[in-house]
This record gives sequence, C-alpha cells and structure tokens, in this order.
Amino acid sequence: MSAPATGATPALNATALGVFVFFFALVTVVGFFAARWRRGDLTHLHEWGLGGRRFGSFVTWFLLGGDLYTAYTLIAVPALVFAVGAYGFFALPYCILTYPIVFLTFPRLWNVCRKHGWITSADFVEGRYGSRGLALAVAVTGVLATMPYIALQLVGLEVVFEAMGLSAMGIGRETPLVIAFLVLAIYTYSSGLRAPALIAFVKDAMLYITIIAAVVIIPIHLGGYGAVFAGAQHAFAAQGGAGGVLLKPGQYVPFATLALGSAFALFLYPHATTATLSASSATVIRRNTVWLPAYSVLLLLISLLGYVALAAHIHVDNATLVVPALINASFPSWFAGFCFAAIALGALVPAAIMAIGAANLFTRNIWRPYVDRDMSHAREAQIAKIISLLVKFGALLAVLYLPTQFAIDLQLLGGIWMLQIFPAVMCGLFVRWFRASALIAGWVVGMVLGAVLAMQAGLKPVYTLGMGGAQYGIYIGVIALAANFAVAIVATPIAVWLHSDAPADRTTRGDYEDAAA
Amino acid sequence: MRTARRFLPLLLLLPFIALLWVPFYNRADPTVAGFPFFYVWLFVWVVLAAVLTWVVHRGMRA
Repeated sequence: MSAPATGATPALNATALGVFVFFFALVTVVGFFAARWRRGDLTHLHEWGLGGRRFGSFVTWFLLGGDLYTAYTLIAVPALVFAVGAYGFFALPYCILTYPIVFLTFPRLWNVCRKHGWITSADFVEGRYGSRGLALAVAVTGVLATMPYIALQLVGLEVVFEAMGLSAMGIGRETPLVIAFLVLAIYTYSSGLRAPALIAFVKDAMLYITIIAAVVIIPIHLGGYGAVFAGAQHAFAAQGGAGGVLLKPGQYVPFATLALGSAFALFLYPHATTATLSASSATVIRRNTVWLPAYSVLLLLISLLGYVALAAHIHVDNATLVVPALINASFPSWFAGFCFAAIALGALVPAAIMAIGAANLFTRNIWRPYVDRDMSHAREAQIAKIISLLVKFGALLAVLYLPTQFAIDLQLLGGIWMLQIFPAVMCGLFVRWFRASALIAGWVVGMVLGAVLAMQAGLKPVYTLGMGGAQYGIYIGVIALAANFAVAIVATPIAVWLHSDAPADRTTRGDYEDAAA
Repeated sequence: MRTARRFLPLLLLLPFIALLWVPFYNRADPTVAGFPFFYVWLFVWVVLAAVLTWVVHRGMRA
C-alpha cells in the first residue's frame, strides 16, 4: 500500500453526500422545468436539438462555458499538471487560441445554417459540396469522437462518488452512476437543449465558487503562490522525471502543436457546434468569443490546483483522484459536498449537449438520407430523442463494463479524428475550391494515419519525427491534418480533370454574411 | 479606412505568435506575486487575446 492518503476518505462522508444530493435534486427539477422555458414546439428538431436558435449572448456564454469546461477537464487537467508539471498547461494556449478561430469562422457557419435551416456541420457540408458521402464522413467522425467523450464524463462522476465514500457504504459503483444517468437521460429526452442551457447557470456559478475558494484559501495556508511553486518544483525534483514548473526544451514542439491542434479541433466537436449554432445571431457568437476567455482564467486556476496539491503533499494512488483528495483534505465536509456537486454537474451539462449533438448528426445526416428520406418533422425529432438515449446508454455500458483506459484512449483518438473534418467544414466556409471526392480522400488518409501513428506511439498524443538529425515530438492530429490537406490539394485537380462539373453549390456568397439589420 | 479595416483580422495572428513561440516565455523570471514568468505570460494573453478580439469585432462593425 502507498503512503496514507491525506484526502481520499474511504469512510462515507454523510454531510458531503447530503449537500451533494440536495444540489443534484435541485438541478433535476430545473432540467424538467426547462421544457417550458422559452417555449417552442419540441416536435421540431431545431427546437429540441438547437433550442430554437433563440439563446442570446448571456445564455450562450453560460451554455458554452458549461459545455466546454467539463468534469473531465476539472479532473484530468490538474491531474496532468500534478503528474508532469508545466506540460499540462498546454490546455491554456489551446483555449486562448480557440476563440480567435471561432470568431473568424462560426459567424459565417451560423449565417449559412440559419438561412438554410441546417442544424449540423454535416448539413452545411452536404449543401455546400452537394455530396452526401462527405456529409456522412463528417457525421460519422462527430459521433465517433463524441461517444468516448461522454463516457469520460461518467468517469468524472465516478471519481466524485468515490471521493464521497459511497463504495464504503456498500453501494456498488454501478448504482449511483445508473441513477445519475437516468436523471440525465430523462430530462434531456423531454427538454432537449433547453435543459443543459438552464442547468449551466447553476453549474457555472457553483464552479466559480468552488475554484475561487480553492485557489484563494488553500494557498494562504501554504504560504502564498511563491511557496506553492517552490513546493511543486521540490516535489518534481524529488521524483526526478521530466516534470517541472517550466518546460524542458524537448517539450517545446509537443506543447505548441498540442495547443494548436486542439484549438482547431475544439469547435469541430458536435457539442461545441450545437451550442454555438443555438445562438440567436452571428453577433452573439462574436460577442461570446470576447467574453468566453473569462473561462480560460478559470482553467488557469483549475490547472494550478495540480501544483497546490503537490505543495500540500497530497498523495494519491492515481493522479485522477488528486482534485477530490485536495478538496477532502482542505475543506469542511459541507463545502466538499458543494464542490463535488459542482464537478458532477460539470459532467451532466456537457454529457447532455454531447448526446444532443450526436443525435442531431445521426438523425439528420445518417438516418434521414440512408433510412427514411421522407420522414416528417415530428418523426425526425422523435428519432433524435431516442438516439440521444441510446448514445448515453452506450456510454454508460462502456464505463461499467470496459476498462476506463479504453475510454481515455478512444477520446485521444477522437481528438485526432475530429481535426480531420477541418478542411471540409472550415475551409468550406470561405472557398469552394476543393472537390468533395478529394476531401473524402484526404479525410480517409487523415483518419487512418492518425490512428496508426497513435497506435505506434503507444496511444500517446505525440509522435516523434526525425528531421535532419533532430527529433521532434509533434501532436499526431497535426501530422494527420497535414497529410489530409496534402491529399485533398493534390486530388482536387485530378477530380476536376476526371469529371469537370462540380455538383451544384446550394449556398450563395451572401448566405455567409450577416443579414442587414 | 476601408482597406485598413480589411486587414484588421490580422491582429488575431498576434496571440498565435506570442503563445506558440514557446522558448520566448518559458522562463522563471521575472516573477509576479510568486508566479513564474511562464504563467504570468499565459495569464496576460488570456486577457490580451480577448481585447484584440474585441478590437477586431468593434472595428469591423463600425
């Protein structure tokens, strides 16, 4: 056995559990009430799955913040910092760089989707390139990358349940997860995107309180941040690995490419696209790219918890337990329960939006074109609701019966794969030079190469390339995207030569611009 | 003025240069309130990137 865990209490923490259950129940009520909020006809997919595109700047800010900063972020980023130090902070440039990209691209996507009644990025690709095959590729990538991401949210929940000592009470790990899953599944089914939008208010407020308390109060006991960094550096030196509060020269390129690749991938994920397209105007999106970085400050603070835990001499068997252990060790049990509820809600909001995003894609771009071409609006919404249930059920089964590492590995692959729809979706917003067949060829190469390199690297995100005698570790997603682009660029003139007529583009130049006020 | 506005989005390249050129800011000194420079730089760019986005947003609308 390892050194006695300072934080992770094996005994049941009744006070914490009571506070936790209270907030969980509160949010459940909010979730069901959400169906009546900004009431719309939920038998239409754009109402159920996009909230009727009626969310203003304020709601969108909470929704996107609640969506992007997931329970897994709260658990995994500090765990990475705890384990390897500065390298784990790649999440920060990643989040900073995402918003300028979104500023330049998403207002155009919103405009064109609104104009044509599209609800997914695959809808856009089909209309732009006249290719159902390319739309299918985009949809499959989205669903594939989202499934393990939902599973990881459930893993986040599991970590919280464990920290509250539920296993000590004789309740298996399944029961609380199944209950949480049922609550989530039922209110998503009945309220659609309105439920996570409303719950995000509660979640984000609780999260800000938790994090600010943690990064203000705990370091005071440790003697300020100077002492925190000194303590962390001391701990890394004692471990003797590559960890440290500054990067090693060999980590420069992996750090930069991970940040850049992830920044390009984030908003291609269906949950991010869904939440962004639910905004009420393109201006709402632009305004949000100015104000969403407030969450990046939160992320910086969350990441610092890894150092705080090192300086506070928290010992855990598994780095993912470090944040709950720190909370248990530092706060009275009622506030620990509050913090755990915040993290758990941090799992439910994104999981709901991910399931909705995947359901939108599956229904619109896989079910409709290939199974039931003439389905009614009501039937389309009904199928999306059922798919959202199945997606979550699949994630639950994966968490209960497969090793956790499987979900983590798949999520890594998912990030690499998600990046491969960048040429089709993002370049398509500005130019229509590429041909659909060439984009599909590039996508296939990117997907396969990404998976193969990830396997060869031992399911790590970074692959080491030798160039002119020097060795550089580069994020695999970026390597695969480069290959993807190269193939699409070479194959497009060939496609033009083979059959010179491109299918009709259903969009016009003006569709991408803001409608005159 | 109109041509100037066309080039306004190029301002958004600045955060990419500032954050991806890692050796430039991977240093401990100067520290601010106990934070090594690496972390100060990341924090400053959270704010600066948002300000630049705001400038471009306002400039393109005007």
